[in-house]
Amino acid sequence: MQNVTSRLLVPSTAKKGDLIEIKSIVMHPMDSGFVKDSNGKTIPREIITLFTVAFNGAQVFKMQFAPSISSNPFVSFFVKVDRSGTFEFTWTDQDGSVYKNQAQISVT
Amino acid sequence: MPDSDPHIPATTRRQFVLATGGGLLAAALAGLFPTAAAADATDVEKWLAAFSPAKPTPGKITIGAPDIAENGNVVPITLTVDSPMTAQSYVKGIAMAAEGNPLPAVTVIELSPANAKAEVQFRMRLAKTQTVTAVALMSDNTLWSATKTIKVTIGGCGG
Repeated sequence: MQNVTSRLLVPSTAKKGDLIEIKSIVMHPMDSGFVKDSNGKTIPREIITLFTVAFNGAQVFKMQFAPSISSNPFVSFFVKVDRSGTFEFTWTDQDGSVYKNQAQISVT
Repeated sequence: MPDSDPHIPATTRRQFVLATGGGLLAAALAGLFPTAAAADATDVEKWLAAFSPAKPTPGKITIGAPDIAENGNVVPITLTVDSPMTAQSYVKGIAMAAEGNPLPAVTVIELSPANAKAEVQFRMRLAKTQTVTAVALMSDNTLWSATKTIKVTIGGCGG
């Protein structure tokens, strides 16, 4: 899909060893393939199937999406940080599109 | 991606319930993800194979969700697992299924000690009033489960 955007909520600073909550949302219809349009025609399935988050290149979260996941998928999870770095967020669409976003955190 | 409709009869509600009730969790979970698995098939299959065929024990995992969901299109879910999340003892993964949805698959989540706290929030669709099930796989390969019945006023998923 074109023009898929995402928003992240990641603290910009933290103390070494802090437990931080990461929130993410990606603007995507997640068409389940079970909904009909106003003409009675089934809207084809078009979903994001995989969401991964890496910190400085190492995976810290991985979640598969099925059609049961709501549109504009919101996900939050926790991670413990012990050094500064970059969180890289990747959403993989069933059509092969990959949507990316990233957030920096400074750990003191 | 090919249309996955042929998979739907393979994971009807009854078969899903029978499979989990009968202790064939691994098979049930594998069958749960005809679409989600497609993007990352080998990896997912490998990971699901780590699920033992044993029946999960109720406990350790909690499904946080409203008792009554007014809008089945957006039902907030919080999955929490009671685990120290250390290198010695942590949650490897969580699988969730909604038996009343056209496809019971909801998600498979992978965690690691890096998470330090085994809590994940997301929003899901519920086609109708039903019982959802979540299963946690621990680092010692034990399986724990929880169920929650959620009443749905307006169903999601269409149809």
